[in-house]
Amino acid sequence: MALENDMDKTAEKDVEELAKNNILVTTFEKLWDWGRARSFWPLNYGCNCCPIEVMAAGAARFDQARFGYEVVRAVPRQADLLTVAGPITIKMKPAVERVWAQMPEPKWVIAMGNCAISGGPFKDGYSVLPGVDSIIPVDVYIPGCPVRPEALFHGMLELKEKVQKGKYRRS
Amino acid sequence: MFEADIYTVNVGPVHPSTHGGLHAEAVMSGEIIQDVIVHLGYVHRSVEKIAESKTYQQFTPYTARLDYLATNLPVLGYCQTVEKLLGIEVPERVEYIRVIMAELSRIASHQIAISATGIDLGATTGLMYGMRDRERIMDIFSMTGGQRLLSSYIRIGGVAEDIPDGFISAVTSFVKDIPKMMREYDGLMTGNEIWQARMKGVGILSKEDAISYGVTGPNLRASGVPYDIRKAEPYGIYDRFDFEIPVGCVGDSLDRWNVRIAEIGESGRIIKQALVNMPDGEIKAKVPKVIKPEAGMEVYHRIESSKGELGYYIVSDGGTKPYRLHVRAPSFINLMVLPVICRGGVFQDIITNIATLDPILGESDR
Amino acid sequence: MAMDTEKITEELKNRFHDKITLQEDKFILKFLVEKDELLNVMGVLKETYGFNHLANVTSVDYGEEFELVYHLYSIPENHKICIKTRTPRNSAQVDSLFGIWPTADWQEREVYDLMGITFKGHPNLVRVLLPDDFTGHPLRKDFVMKG
Repeated sequence: MALENDMDKTAEKDVEELAKNNILVTTFEKLWDWGRARSFWPLNYGCNCCPIEVMAAGAARFDQARFGYEVVRAVPRQADLLTVAGPITIKMKPAVERVWAQMPEPKWVIAMGNCAISGGPFKDGYSVLPGVDSIIPVDVYIPGCPVRPEALFHGMLELKEKVQKGKYRRS
Repeated sequence: MFEADIYTVNVGPVHPSTHGGLHAEAVMSGEIIQDVIVHLGYVHRSVEKIAESKTYQQFTPYTARLDYLATNLPVLGYCQTVEKLLGIEVPERVEYIRVIMAELSRIASHQIAISATGIDLGATTGLMYGMRDRERIMDIFSMTGGQRLLSSYIRIGGVAEDIPDGFISAVTSFVKDIPKMMREYDGLMTGNEIWQARMKGVGILSKEDAISYGVTGPNLRASGVPYDIRKAEPYGIYDRFDFEIPVGCVGDSLDRWNVRIAEIGESGRIIKQALVNMPDGEIKAKVPKVIKPEAGMEVYHRIESSKGELGYYIVSDGGTKPYRLHVRAPSFINLMVLPVICRGGVFQDIITNIATLDPILGESDR
Repeated sequence: MAMDTEKITEELKNRFHDKITLQEDKFILKFLVEKDELLNVMGVLKETYGFNHLANVTSVDYGEEFELVYHLYSIPENHKICIKTRTPRNSAQVDSLFGIWPTADWQEREVYDLMGITFKGHPNLVRVLLPDDFTGHPLRKDFVMKG
């Protein structure tokens, strides 16, 4: 195979050639990202109305298992996706920060629902934070009050695209 | 030979079985619970203060977000309280529609209670069955209010719009399947040996304790007190319906579980009667565009929610916004007995007791 | 059996004289009680008249004074009554009803937490809904929410 001046073009041509013979060439990074995107382990977390739709998303009708996201963990140390569903109150803030700190890298956050994005209908209140992104970084925002299970899946698939492309925070 | 230490184990606030953000601090000696200290407020959204800055109509969606599993019930309670303040009587058709929506909400709430108890105790299929059946109710709510979960269909003075085509057949077919659903829940879970071992004799709440701690709803009825506000102080048109009040004997977790399943059947009976007797007519009473109850008027109106006595206390100062609005949340008061029923039991009984008390933290913390 | 409101009113007036005043309300029998007689009145309502269900304890900020509102029900007889009492803003304290109805425990804690009224004789008067280090009592009219 002749070498060209542009290494990327060379690599692309070679990859195509190999693929015709059923050999896939990739980097470890891309392989891990491909796998991570298809198997998020969500943490079982939620306060308020939106987690009920998370439960409905996990149940038989909507079924998040068909996307590979049914392994819901109870312990943050085993989870990699924190779906913040519901408002963060001032009393809950330390708990969320601690849970976030306990999750191993790489980890992602979905802010689900208007309350998690900005405080929602309760933003005038004295005890609700103006969105979870005031304490932890957020990857995907899903608006809604409450968020329909289909919208939750859309958000998770957006996150899947993001992770697969490798466009996420690395420690 | 060995002395047991006193130590604390935290259940929650981030825990799969705590129904929201409940933090139960269990003080243990060996395997036996000495005390449970309940910490609330993780979902406190300052709803009562927000009410003082919203008009009466603007506040209606907030009530749906209080008890989000049985959304039509808190909205119904709030709308009836404001209607009482204004002296409005809603049309007959509205009363019947409201009864159907309220009882469907009650069934949906009990189905979640059943699902959540199932998954808390390890029966994942119980979760699937309850959620699957509840989806039919969610479709009916989508048909009317446009929203699955937080339906704002019931409004002050009536309902948002008349029931659409397909509503009656959907509700009729759902109600017809209720006995089959109850048999399924009983068959899968109630008779199961593990279920009986984990629930029978666990978390016994005596009649006297239940009344003196202000417990209401299925928890009170499971302890042997046949008190249901729909019969004691009927609101709307509940005095026209023929239904029983399921009552337990012992007040343990199994009784609380059985009472909820039986209540699903009774709600089905009420819906059937409402469908048969519903007249034609208007769907909204004459409500002023700007709601301003008389200054100095106040009212405490209560309904039988799926969790217990849900009361609204509204004080008006003659303005467009309530001077004071207080929600008497049944879950807040029911949770008071959690330490009482857990003491002396083993650690896993905390999960069973929380599940069968069926608190909802959105309402409890407001 | 329907509640004989006139009989109860007469008996309570005879017993507590000017410490108890009947208030006009078209929904419920309502009395305003002097705060130092509150415990006695409540005891009588429970023991003599069978009001065993303290359904609701709440408070309202009327500027110079706070008003406490209690809604009581009798489960066996199906009666209802509303008792109110007032306490001055600068020394807001009322007797706790925990000894009569244990349900007053958390309900009074909530009133303390959100309105700042203290309850004498309460076994554990700490905040229940807000964090322990929160300053202020949000339901007071002078507590302004920063949007």
